[in-house]
Amino acid sequence: MNKLSDVEQRRPSDESGFRSRFLAKLFMGMSPADYSRSLVTPFNLLAAAILATSLPVFYMRYTQGLATAIHADHEYPWGLLLSWGIFAGEPLFAAGFVVAAAYYLFGMKHYRVLVRLSVLGGMLGYAFAAAYLLIDLGRPWRIYYPMLVNFGPSSVLFVVAWHVGLYVTVQLLEFSPSILEWIGSRRLHRWATSITVALIIGGVILSTVHQSSLGAMYLITPGKLHPLWYSSHLPLLFFSSAIYAAMSFALLLAFVAGRYFRKTCDQEFLSHVQPLTISLGKGAALAMYVYCALKLLALAQDNHWALLSTPFGYWYLIELIGFVVVPMLLFTAGVRMEKIGLIRFSAFYAIVGIVLNRVNVNLIAYNWNLPDHWSKIIPPWSENIMILAMITLHILVFRWIMNRFPVTRELPEYKGTH
Amino acid sequence: MSDEITGTPHDEQKKNSGITRRRLLSLSLLAGGAALGLSRPASARPEFSGWPNSFGMLVDLSLCVGCRSCEQACNEANAMPKPERPFDDDAVLKAKRWPSAKAYTVVNRYPNAKNKEQPLYRKIQCNHCLEPACATACPIQAYTKTQQGAVIYNEDLCFGCRYCVIACPFNIPGYDYESVTEAKVVKCTFCNTRIEKNGLPACAEACPSGALTFGKRTDLIKMARKRIMENPGKYLDHIYGEQEVGGTSWMYLSAVPFEQYGLPGGLPKRPLIELTEGYLSSVPVIFTTFPAIFGMLYAALHKKEKRDEGGQKTGSDSREVKHE
Repeated sequence: MNKLSDVEQRRPSDESGFRSRFLAKLFMGMSPADYSRSLVTPFNLLAAAILATSLPVFYMRYTQGLATAIHADHEYPWGLLLSWGIFAGEPLFAAGFVVAAAYYLFGMKHYRVLVRLSVLGGMLGYAFAAAYLLIDLGRPWRIYYPMLVNFGPSSVLFVVAWHVGLYVTVQLLEFSPSILEWIGSRRLHRWATSITVALIIGGVILSTVHQSSLGAMYLITPGKLHPLWYSSHLPLLFFSSAIYAAMSFALLLAFVAGRYFRKTCDQEFLSHVQPLTISLGKGAALAMYVYCALKLLALAQDNHWALLSTPFGYWYLIELIGFVVVPMLLFTAGVRMEKIGLIRFSAFYAIVGIVLNRVNVNLIAYNWNLPDHWSKIIPPWSENIMILAMITLHILVFRWIMNRFPVTRELPEYKGTH
Repeated sequence: MSDEITGTPHDEQKKNSGITRRRLLSLSLLAGGAALGLSRPASARPEFSGWPNSFGMLVDLSLCVGCRSCEQACNEANAMPKPERPFDDDAVLKAKRWPSAKAYTVVNRYPNAKNKEQPLYRKIQCNHCLEPACATACPIQAYTKTQQGAVIYNEDLCFGCRYCVIACPFNIPGYDYESVTEAKVVKCTFCNTRIEKNGLPACAEACPSGALTFGKRTDLIKMARKRIMENPGKYLDHIYGEQEVGGTSWMYLSAVPFEQYGLPGGLPKRPLIELTEGYLSSVPVIFTTFPAIFGMLYAALHKKEKRDEGGQKTGSDSREVKHE
């Protein structure tokens, strides 16, 4: 931390000075040799092994076609890659908008130290969602087509595409002060911070529409999605569950930063981690009660009680009780007793529940009545390797940014500007 | 700064302005929820029950003998690659097949519950919905329903998301997952170019058993009704596709329940676009009301902050002290 801000404060004027300053920032103040030596750690070796294993799979996907890497056919066009990368991931990455709204719009001032970290989590998450899409699209080089070439406004996916595109941009702008502080550009920094509130409101809108539209995408599949998961309330269910997923993700991010990036956190951040964990835990528990009520409402409105005593009904109950009600009660207990460890465990548990719900909608309960359903939804190893590689990359990029940009600390020269 | 560390801000908030904030929060979330949930019935889409005079096909499933002449004609008319096994080889009927990049249509054999000696056959292809779910789902509008009745796919626009495959109630659009640079959706075109030249679709022209009848959709419905009436007890009193998902250009008559042919039962009678348009019309509501709601919220909180600052005036950095 000290080393970093020392580097930041030196301001050489000539070109070579700029270059050495830039390299110093890139290598975190170490010499290139020291920096490469510091990279040899057990975690990095494991990451390198995973990425190396995935390379042939990616090579096959882009030279021999999708069929070589993912399982997909006319009945199950989307596999676990998309289910995990888009549908299960994005509710977590709502963290950026939830925390930013709490601080800027709802005036919860103690959330300030967490805003940048959550926005970083959200921005990276959305960028990676786009990356997952680039793997899965049949012709990924046409990814901009819904924005520029032709419009399909009757499509919910059109709404999703526009909102993801715009929201990635908004989040990049929201995070830009941190990047600009790292670079040291004061004028751009002032401009970037001046549009913050407009960006936050824009982010809330885009995120609300986007989270709910992921659920709305399945409104067109009655008869294909199991009636216990199909509901006219899908948009609301996806939106409300994204709220508690986001809060759970934000409090886990704070934990990860305080635990594994302690050097890069300032005292103010560290002192806020505990109270913020309780505050977010409380919010998440409340949101889970709302979600639970909505789930029951959907069940009652469609009068599907009888289906609960079928095999898919048991699975539905396992999801609802085992992965929503139980973490909800654990959250409540954790917040009541102010047990940080229990709150963090509940957050992780709730996130597992969200992933399960999205995988249920995308894969397990989708086309449930087709013969050979179960054998067709098991992803091939190549798809799993790609998912593992993407998670690894995600962590590496997050670490790269955390180690350099001022995310969980305030640089003295920029104090009070945001 | 130091007082922030000692007194947990979370406790402070509970005591001070927490209640009003929380009320504001819940109010605005309620408004958002209302926007997401309420606007469902408010759609003013003009009624559309298909192009007048569009063409259709009546498939009398009880007449199909599984000869696969339609498959062969389709293969030749669309200049598709020759299949591994010739079209008169019945062995392919042992496995369930599906239209793919190599064939726009296939005939499948199904066991007959009533009479084991006489298996059932169905030709599978796109049903050319009047209001196609694939066209509704496509974010780039790569699908068009022509006035002749065909649902046509334009590969020049498609980026390969395969949401059309998710949306299709009949699991029809196939995707060419094998190709790298020319991956695309493949499905029956209803021989649109032949219809435009007053010709017949190749399959209908080739069918020797009379199972396929091509004509104006309205005439076909009358013909199907007449067939049901004139052969009492032979057919189910149901023209599959007359109303399913808002109606399809291809319609089916059968002596046994359609589910035995693998046709999905229990489909809604409304076009599937009606299930998403309520949600889509709520999007502009969010875009217009949210800036107002959150803008006011922000302004209200800032006004309160300014007032608090005026009252307290402690410390040099007012931004950090005002709530602690």
